[in-house]
Amino acid sequence: MSWCELPGYWLGLEVLERYGCRMADGLVITMQLVAISSLLGFFLAVGLALLRLRGPRPVRWAIAGYTTFFRGTPLLCQLFLIYYGLGTFRLFWQDVGLWWFFRDPLYCCLLAFTINTAAYQAEILRGSLQALPKGQIEAARALGMRPVAIFIKVEMPQALIIGLRPLGNELITMIKVSAIASLVTLFDLMGATRLAFARSFDLSIYLVAALIYLALVEIVRRIWNQMEARLTRHMVLR
Amino acid sequence: MEKVLTLLSFGDQGWGDELLQGAMVTISVALATLPFGLTLGLLIALASRSKSRWISGFATLYTTVFRGVPELLTLYIIYFGGQILIQRLWSGLGFEGSLSISPFLAGMVALGLVLAAFSSEVWVGALNSIHIGQREGAAALGLSRGQAFRLVVFPQLMRVALPGLGNNWMVLLKETSLVSVITLHDIMFIATRANVSTKEPFIFFSAALALYFFFSLLSAWGIGRMETRLNRGYVR
Amino acid sequence: MTTKRAFLAAMLAAAAFVPGTASAQAITEIKIGTEGAYPPYNNLNAKKELEGFEIDYMNDLCARMKVKCTWVVQDWDGIIPALLSKKYDVIVAGMNATPERAKRVDFTDVYTSTPIAMVGAKSITSTNISPDALKGKTLGAQGSTIHMNYLEAYYKGSTLRPYPTQEEANLDLLNGRLDYIVADLEALESFLKDKGKDCCKIIAEVKRDAAIHGPGVGMALRKGEDALKAMINKAIAESKADGSLDKHAMKWLGKKAIQ
Repeated sequence: MSWCELPGYWLGLEVLERYGCRMADGLVITMQLVAISSLLGFFLAVGLALLRLRGPRPVRWAIAGYTTFFRGTPLLCQLFLIYYGLGTFRLFWQDVGLWWFFRDPLYCCLLAFTINTAAYQAEILRGSLQALPKGQIEAARALGMRPVAIFIKVEMPQALIIGLRPLGNELITMIKVSAIASLVTLFDLMGATRLAFARSFDLSIYLVAALIYLALVEIVRRIWNQMEARLTRHMVLR
Repeated sequence: MEKVLTLLSFGDQGWGDELLQGAMVTISVALATLPFGLTLGLLIALASRSKSRWISGFATLYTTVFRGVPELLTLYIIYFGGQILIQRLWSGLGFEGSLSISPFLAGMVALGLVLAAFSSEVWVGALNSIHIGQREGAAALGLSRGQAFRLVVFPQLMRVALPGLGNNWMVLLKETSLVSVITLHDIMFIATRANVSTKEPFIFFSAALALYFFFSLLSAWGIGRMETRLNRGYVR
Repeated sequence: MTTKRAFLAAMLAAAAFVPGTASAQAITEIKIGTEGAYPPYNNLNAKKELEGFEIDYMNDLCARMKVKCTWVVQDWDGIIPALLSKKYDVIVAGMNATPERAKRVDFTDVYTSTPIAMVGAKSITSTNISPDALKGKTLGAQGSTIHMNYLEAYYKGSTLRPYPTQEEANLDLLNGRLDYIVADLEALESFLKDKGKDCCKIIAEVKRDAAIHGPGVGMALRKGEDALKAMINKAIAESKADGSLDKHAMKWLGKKAIQ
């Protein structure tokens, strides 16, 4: 008996025992999807937020349009447009050598999730950067620091502290919405659960999945609270 | 281009009229969910301020659960589980026959439960912003607790809560796209059907995105108007 | 005396509420669940009316059993949960009587069996569809069907993709995301006549595996509804004997119901 069958065995839940390993595999895929897209989305968002604030005017408008659009429409619809919509241009993708990417639902999900979370994270970072007192930058300039150094060493660290909580909430949202990956044939945690339900018609498997998602979200929340406490320890009055 | 216009036209050839019907369903689900979710959210918010540890503990548990579980999963649990639960209750009460939970009702309940969890946070914040003196003043005027809430606290509450609730509404509007998986004929469902029957997913999912975008811009505008209106007493 | 009679009456009344004791009184009304998205077996036509082999056949059985039948349309994923929660009493929806499903529901006698096939691109020359031959290929089927279960059981070396509906799997075969799809032959034939005309062909038929596919298509009932089951089985046997089952099958499927 492998380890992933044990929880079902202990709980006396036959479905969970039978599909426990599938769900464990699904959990790994869910975590990969969330981690990769959130991280890529973050780097994209830093650039977007910066250009949104300091780029030339047309660029600023374009980025404002991008964030408004992707935050104003459902991720499910964006995912279907990428998976089914872009999937129909197979000959074009083959010409440019990108068919391997659009053929795979995992990459399509990663693309959709990254684009979407980047829009949200960019808005969070923009707000945090704008919230910084002007004196910070002026002081850094007075010290003779170059703009890049100011951004990396002065602005970003402080903006990240301000944006920490909303960024954590965005990560939690991503964990939850990643469940729609199962609708484009992926066996993520939700996909494995749907499979188990379709075979057994035992509703308890959905409740188990709910508990796993809940645990995942709770862990992220705890880590975030720890991180916030640590990063803001110099700001707390003792 | 002509092909696109034909596909999106009204009538037998195109899917324009079907998409608009889908839009009506999307809006109906969202509008039906709103009062249920917001009222429940306010009750949860009041519960979380209760002096009884049991009641406030329940409120915390409620928000933790419905904020942490994927909406899609909540939807499935309500749709499949709700049916079984309702039937058990119905037979348990000694009634014959069957009661069934429609996809619309299931969608409304599931989205409403989630909305309640998120909106309760907004309500809590707004409740905290209202000074105790307001309630004391109301009591001094001889208003009952209910009257004080309805006439004094609630109007002020709305003003503070509106931006947050507006945000909740925008999220809700997007989440309605999930009800397509329980065969409710909303925008997403129609776009999927159209994709399957015409093999033109790019056109139809783009059209669906455009519809959602239109509704969210419209909502943003409407919410802005409401905020100005509610704030008019505070503008100098 | 009167109290005794009242007690007896109460007992009888209570018994009527307990499921499975319906044998005491005649069944006069049945609610039937179907998917309505599975031509030529059961389908909602453009006028939103149910039509198909199973619709005609079941209506015939209802007339035979002298019961009033009402049809309820339910999507495939929820079709067994809705039966269990008494939204209807019997499922007539091309459902194969698999051992896995038989754990949760009872099945009547088999009234038809659907051949199963694998479809792939026209360029495929080999008709070998053994798991070894398809190692590393991408195979699709409708999720929560026996076909997906079959792939899961044997094609461990291939990438498997479950779709919400058969049509979406067909589309991904067209797009080239899938190398093969598995489904009932009739469903695939209608796809090959229409959208799949230029791209794809039937590669081979899949041999039925009793452990996964079951003996054939039966009607599903809640466990313990033995009176209803006996009644329907009797009607099925009659329809087989007098040739009316095959008459409906010839009309809709163009062949006998059971080969």
